[in-house]
Amino acid sequence: MVVKTIPEIPVKKGEPPYKLWMFEPGEKKEFPLVFNLRQLAEQRRPALIPGHRLCAGCAAPIVVKLASFAFRGPTVVVNATGCLEVSTTIYPYTSWAVPWIHNAFENAAATGSGIEAAIKALKKTGRLKYEHVDVVVFAGDGGTYDIGIQALSGMAERGHDVLYILYDNEAYMNTGIQRSGGTPKFAWTTTSPVGSVLPGKGEHKKPIADIMVAHRIPYVATATPAHWMDLIKKVRKGIEVNGPAFIHALSSCNRGWRHEEGISIEILRRAVDTCYFPLWEWTPETGYLLTDRSLVIARNPSLKQPIDKFLEVQGRFRHLLRPENKELLKQLQDYVDAVWEDLLKRASNAPR
Amino acid sequence: MSRLQLIPKYPREKQVMMNLNGDEAIAYAAKQSYVDVVAAYPITPQTIIVEKYSEFVANGEVHTEFVPVESEHSAMSACVGAAAAGARAFTATSSQGLALMVEILYIASGLRLPIVLAVVNRALSAPINIHNDHSDAYLMRDSGWIMLFAENVQEAYDTTIQAFKIAEHPEVQLPASVHIDGFFLSHTLENIYTLPDEAVYEFLGGPRKIPKVRVDYFDEEVDYVLNPARPLSFGSLALYDYYFEMKIPQLIAINKALDVIKQVNEEWYELTGRRYGNGLVDPYMVEDADIVLVAMGSGAGTIRSVVKKYRERGLKIGLLRVRSYRPFPHSDIRNLLRNTKLVAVMDRAIGPGQYGALYLDIASTLYHERSKPILVDYVYGLGGRDLSPDMVSAMINQLVKDLERGYIPEEERLRFLGVRG
Repeated sequence: MVVKTIPEIPVKKGEPPYKLWMFEPGEKKEFPLVFNLRQLAEQRRPALIPGHRLCAGCAAPIVVKLASFAFRGPTVVVNATGCLEVSTTIYPYTSWAVPWIHNAFENAAATGSGIEAAIKALKKTGRLKYEHVDVVVFAGDGGTYDIGIQALSGMAERGHDVLYILYDNEAYMNTGIQRSGGTPKFAWTTTSPVGSVLPGKGEHKKPIADIMVAHRIPYVATATPAHWMDLIKKVRKGIEVNGPAFIHALSSCNRGWRHEEGISIEILRRAVDTCYFPLWEWTPETGYLLTDRSLVIARNPSLKQPIDKFLEVQGRFRHLLRPENKELLKQLQDYVDAVWEDLLKRASNAPR
Repeated sequence: MSRLQLIPKYPREKQVMMNLNGDEAIAYAAKQSYVDVVAAYPITPQTIIVEKYSEFVANGEVHTEFVPVESEHSAMSACVGAAAAGARAFTATSSQGLALMVEILYIASGLRLPIVLAVVNRALSAPINIHNDHSDAYLMRDSGWIMLFAENVQEAYDTTIQAFKIAEHPEVQLPASVHIDGFFLSHTLENIYTLPDEAVYEFLGGPRKIPKVRVDYFDEEVDYVLNPARPLSFGSLALYDYYFEMKIPQLIAINKALDVIKQVNEEWYELTGRRYGNGLVDPYMVEDADIVLVAMGSGAGTIRSVVKKYRERGLKIGLLRVRSYRPFPHSDIRNLLRNTKLVAVMDRAIGPGQYGALYLDIASTLYHERSKPILVDYVYGLGGRDLSPDMVSAMINQLVKDLERGYIPEEERLRFLGVRG
């Protein structure tokens, strides 16, 4: 048996083991983007520090940590109610190294709008001590697709300079795996159970990123923590644009998706390989552009995997792999193909 | 009076008379209060506040960021975000809008953010109605907000400016709402005295000051704000092990507001020569009264004029106007009503299955008195029904009979004024 030892954390006397991000007033510092793993480990600290209570195998903290490697400098984080919020800030502790606020479930975008407006007003009257303070929202699929879409749409329409990052684990995982507008068709959840009559959820996932594209905001992208460089680049672009930006990051949940803890990143890789979750970005100037692995698949379609590869490692889709459900599996494959084909037609960098 | 008459810092001749309705007066007061962020949504009869403020922004008269949100829920959410980021935030609403806001009202007070909210009181649906009663105000009763009721347009202006000072007091740090009666005040023009901009700026001590807090991680006290220099987490999860302890300071703070409201009322008096009772309650001929009517809002004006007539005829009657509904000034009311024989509470909303909310507050205040007055609840003016002087007279005549009889039977303790059938 391999004995795993916990690495010792170098603690200087009188210093807390994990330091918060502190920007002294007037400090001008813009973090460069770092992609060399060694440099990243040595030079950068994530905004989410160890000690949080998210499940082993959860991809949400990976999304947050990667995203925070792209923060430029002084940043305020807004969090909608959800796993990420309740597990990182159990009073009297907090895992956030940056100023952080949680207001309620449905209003993360509105809260972000208010903060951005305050920053503008303070800047106008010479009371802001920094050149810029970025506002980044993290919200789950329930707080974005369903209850939060009104506030999100309002924020986009009003043009607030806020980056909204959706970490999409495809159901209400915090309350116990109930279906949301982000749950894919035929997935098992506690409110779309697989019964003798119904084969899981009856409806397809809402195309939330396309809805945000329809708002014609300066930047929209999809990402996964499995394609980490792609994610970091996109987050930096989202922060740098002047106006609202939206990033849809797929985030696996071992409790809700019913998979082993160790394969969270592998599943997300398969989501892209099967074209279930294509990686792209959109700006009003360029239109849709495929990125990373999805661009590779577009150029070499033989790399595209069948949807089974994504489903077979997850308990929530187990019923689809039974022989009597072959027809359902085909339906899902057809849907994924149709969405992918549609994207290929729209993406300007896809081969014709 | 042995005391010399106080000469205010800004006597009337130094003030500017303006002809404004209630909504405009509140918008103008907010404009003078150096507000950083206004996030608001239109709803009748509050809309003029939003319109007027948009004009100030459009004409470059203010530095305020105006956020025209897509709902009242987002209006209060944006105010929470703005206040947490260090801004002075203001919004306004009515009725259904307030009902939609309620979730975030509790968060604003729980996070101790000194937001000011103007509530133009209007009845709640159904049936849908755009006119005044206090059902929306009673809905936010336990949300932890300081609630101040204005009687006229002048008071609406004065109270809005005072509300910022009360909310931002270092020992209070709680959100405050200013209530005016829909249409009766919001759409009624009145000549009011306003202060010059610099006087208001000075009264409020300039822009919002951020309070300091002590947090384990830092050696020194840090600003209670979303500050990249000293990051704090706002709105964390506190369960059975801490929630209770976090609610108690909120209670202490709102009780502290009782003193602060009085103090600000006096400061305003020294500045302008205007004050409203002691700030918490505004009594009229209550000292030696046998019968006292208790009311809030614009109805008090009508009642006062009728009370005056009855006094001239020799009836010992008075009016007690409650200005601070939350925190509720129990001891002031108890002292004023100690020798009263009959108290009639006037509620401008019903509490189905119960007496009106103000009646319950007054009843709980008087319960511990050795000799309790006869207590009766009058519900009046629902959905904007006018309170006429004749209605008040009829009510007083009835009360005189009740006082002669010496008691009011249980089935008559909830009465309705001005309802047909």
